Amino acid sequence: MTSTTADDGTAEADTDTDAETDETDTLTLVEAVRDALYTELSLDERVMILGEDVGENGGVFRATAELVDEFSAERVVDTPLAESGIVGTGIGLALSGLRPVAELQFMGFSYPAFDQLVSHAARLRSRSHGQYSVPMVIRMPYGGGIRAPEHHSESKEAFFVHEPGLKVAVPSSPADAKGLLIAAIRDPDPVVFLEPKLIYRAFREDVPTAAYEVPLGEASVRREGADVTVYTWGAMIQPTLIAADNVAGEAGIDVEVVDLRTLSPLDTETIVESFERTGRAVIAHEAPKTAGVGAEIAATIQEEALLYQEAPIRRVTGYDVPMPLHELEEYYLPQAIRIEEAIRETVSF
Amino acid sequence: MSTQNDAEQYGHSATTYGDDKPIRILDTDGTVLPDAEVPDLSADELVSMYEDIKLARRFDQRAISLQRQGRIATYAPMTGQEGAQVATSYALDDQDWLFPTYREHAAKYVHGMELESLLKPLCGHRDGYAIPDGVPIMPEYIPIATQIPQATGMAWGNRLQGNPERAALCHFGDGATSEGDFHEGLNFAGVFDVPVVFVCNNNQWAISVPRDHQTASETIAQKAAAYGIEGIRVDGLDPLAMYSVTSAALQKAKNPAEDDRRPTLIESVQYRYGAHTTADDPSAYRDEDEANAWREKDPLDRLQNYLTATDILDDELEAEIDDRIESRLTDAVETVENATTDPDSMFDHVYAELPDRLRNQRDRLRALREKYGDDAFSEVLE
Repeated sequence: MTSTTADDGTAEADTDTDAETDETDTLTLVEAVRDALYTELSLDERVMILGEDVGENGGVFRATAELVDEFSAERVVDTPLAESGIVGTGIGLALSGLRPVAELQFMGFSYPAFDQLVSHAARLRSRSHGQYSVPMVIRMPYGGGIRAPEHHSESKEAFFVHEPGLKVAVPSSPADAKGLLIAAIRDPDPVVFLEPKLIYRAFREDVPTAAYEVPLGEASVRREGADVTVYTWGAMIQPTLIAADNVAGEAGIDVEVVDLRTLSPLDTETIVESFERTGRAVIAHEAPKTAGVGAEIAATIQEEALLYQEAPIRRVTGYDVPMPLHELEEYYLPQAIRIEEAIRETVSF
Repeated sequence: MSTQNDAEQYGHSATTYGDDKPIRILDTDGTVLPDAEVPDLSADELVSMYEDIKLARRFDQRAISLQRQGRIATYAPMTGQEGAQVATSYALDDQDWLFPTYREHAAKYVHGMELESLLKPLCGHRDGYAIPDGVPIMPEYIPIATQIPQATGMAWGNRLQGNPERAALCHFGDGATSEGDFHEGLNFAGVFDVPVVFVCNNNQWAISVPRDHQTASETIAQKAAAYGIEGIRVDGLDPLAMYSVTSAALQKAKNPAEDDRRPTLIESVQYRYGAHTTADDPSAYRDEDEANAWREKDPLDRLQNYLTATDILDDELEAEIDDRIESRLTDAVETVENATTDPDSMFDHVYAELPDRLRNQRDRLRALREKYGDDAFSEVLE
């Protein structure tokens, strides 16, 4: 193994192994995460996994199920219970030439690692003038809706999006989960990979068996429409698509749904292109409203497409309160009813 | 009594750390060990302690059952650990502060929380975290080890304000000793010599990670030496030993001898009989035979045998205790299942005064609920 520098980049893994086949498996999102990990562990001997309970137990959500049996306890490592230790040693492992994929058990437990992430992983490339980089992935299950205990349901993506040098990706489907995670593992920079656990097992779809990348930094249009664009990501795609169908049926409103997929760097081109066609925007996210990523999207639209704007941009978000316990989470999270209301207000402005 | 089997279970090697054998008063059959000193507790106090341990055991069984029926959310069981929880809280004075984790249901109950409050967060009602006035218990800590520096700070503050006789007792698990907050909290406690007692509930497993994979230290108690404070290993399945050691540690925290440092790290050597939480399946990573060996030392059985042999407990009293426990549990479950939480309440207590922006958000939610009805919000999120 050689030391990793900023120059030796991303493309060392042999991506051709299965590329000829068009086989698919029908997977849930969490199974697709595991499939991506399996794929990269198979293709690139530098890839390793570390985290709490990722070995014998296969991860508390089973995202690493049986990987330790396939690849050994040296490459799928149960660590002591210490998030700063996991990310800090992960940085060192990356600098030594490996490609660590760290699992932090829940986003709400990522904060002990915050210093390592923002003071070091995010800026080592900058501090070393490009001499070193930290090619690691930090996976975190996140978001609400599964009746979890306190501190297990937060959406704090804005913390990481705000930090220059970190990339932040959020899949909303099994196929994207696999492709985005593979792209994240191959990326030369640190990637915070947020997994919406509400939809870990909500539905299945066909996922290519071969290795493939969904490029970081590219949004996806989930539903085409002419009247208003709803920008969202992760688990909120589902209520947004329901809301879009409901307003189409009731009010004949034609909704476009843009799935950001990567929150840093944002895909300004897709955001603006959609808005230039619809002239109206609603942004839906689970995180609290104030200084959420929705504010950045709204500001980007204002900067880039002001003259196309037909109505105020509405945000449907979590409230500026601590995430409530499960009895109230259905009021806290953007439900279809709240997204529909915002769509109608925006269109009738 | 220390058999070879014991030595293996308790994770100390007879050669290197022979002196660190856990302190024990009751043998595994409930008889008092030779040379052991039974703590000075009245018959009534002993029966009360026994009843609380039994209540904790039944609470655990009931909670697991309710979770399986979908009536409560994820629950962290404590069976096997409730003897130590109850005993440590018996050692507290009323004014002493308790810093519990999400597993210390019985420790909280004994120090003054209502059963209903323990159950409410499991039903999604945050007001269960509210502690009765004058009861010094912090809301349970879920992020691992974060309570440790805070307990040190509370004890430090009490001492700074001329009240060193108000101690803090801080619970955490073996996994927590790997977190930075463990180091920082114990280090500050030693440096500022504050009246705090740290109780490490070493139940051998941090979810799926066994104790010997958590730290290369031979014992957890020995970590205390690095902070210049005392470390003691206790049989955490022996309620009387836990009571004695915790009482002495609290006494030293409040009124240390001239050469003593106030803080103590107690390693309560015990075992998590069941799952980490109801979301966990231990059969994926450990052998049930291991759990069965620990059940031979069960704290409830040991205390029951001791109380029966000393004629403190008989069948009639046992039946009275069982009746009381069942009726209290049934009442508590009924009360909590009838509880409701107003959606407006999520905006309460975020700040001392509700900011305008937040009031607007609350009012908008109210308006939507009035317009569409609460059923519109109960759609399946996915």
